[in-house]
Amino acid sequence: MSYIMMLSNLIIPMTFAVIILYGYAKRVELYDNFIEGAKDGMQTVVGILPTIVGLMVAVGILRASGALDIISRLILPLTSRLGYPNEAVPLTLMRLVSSSASTGLLLDLFKKYGPDSYMGRFVSIMMSCTETVFYTMSVYFMSVKITKTRYTLTSALIANFAGVAASLLLTNILFPS
Amino acid sequence: MLNYIWGCMILIGIAVAAVTGRLQDVTNAAIESAKDAVMLCVTMLGVMSMWTGLMRIAERAGLIDMLSEKMAPLLRMLFPDIPRGHKALKHISTNFIANILGLGWAATPAGLKAMDELQGLNSRKDTASRSMCMFMIINMSSLQLVTMSILAYRSQYNSANPSEIIGPGLIATLVSTLIGVIAGKFFERGSGS
Repeated sequence: MSYIMMLSNLIIPMTFAVIILYGYAKRVELYDNFIEGAKDGMQTVVGILPTIVGLMVAVGILRASGALDIISRLILPLTSRLGYPNEAVPLTLMRLVSSSASTGLLLDLFKKYGPDSYMGRFVSIMMSCTETVFYTMSVYFMSVKITKTRYTLTSALIANFAGVAASLLLTNILFPS
Repeated sequence: MLNYIWGCMILIGIAVAAVTGRLQDVTNAAIESAKDAVMLCVTMLGVMSMWTGLMRIAERAGLIDMLSEKMAPLLRMLFPDIPRGHKALKHISTNFIANILGLGWAATPAGLKAMDELQGLNSRKDTASRSMCMFMIINMSSLQLVTMSILAYRSQYNSANPSEIIGPGLIATLVSTLIGVIAGKFFERGSGS
């Protein structure tokens, strides 16, 4: 564990060191280029700000209304027949729309069951192989004004579903309860 | 599609809140969320520009060209419509590598540039091209090899072995990406470029 933690602590400093050293060796004007690139990045953020406001407001309204809980309850008969842990259903749905809200739900489950329980292990694996689909899609497509996204959402949902199914299967095999 | 989903999220939220008597919560959430979005962007403004600054150095030094050359065979398979040596490939490589390393905020600016370049190749400007669909699917299938935040939360809640989920997490990530690519390629065949 400590070995992996150490490695992960190294990723950012090493990325910096490699790029700076490489740039130095190639005689790139380091600071000038950094500033030029950073200016570009700032414009990017300002450009996506309206999309993020719109998205977070919509997600906020949906969350506060309790609609996701109702949807979770509606699909509960189906998910429990498939052997899916009931209390992980709201988290699985939330994961698709909001990163911060799903983290909140994850920590609630950790608090209740502990990270080393069947539930704790399952949600840990599931969270590592899924993405906030709606956020990514809005920010990227809106930035180039694409409104017809064709099969993107369907495929992304299939990919996430496959990840969730794989997580459940792996938890059952590796950490049987 | 996006317009439709966005509108639906808000309307469903308001309708459900009206029934469950949570309209006051919805009002608060709407205003809070708008504020949170700006706060998030303020943080992003710093972190993302740090990464784009650093990436500019890497680009000028030829590091990014080198990496995208290494990834070229894989990218040709995933994105057969992008001409060889096109700028889009460079940004896609940067985005993938940053995602794999778990540097999400370094990945986004490169990803947006990739979309911009792909839009230049796109013949129907309001409709996603095949390459855009594939790029988005891969981005949303999770590429990150080790999700550090989850390990950190596990330690925080006193897990005896926080890293035991790395192996299965990695397999599940590969499964989701592979299935995403297969699904994308499957739908691709049934439609035009």
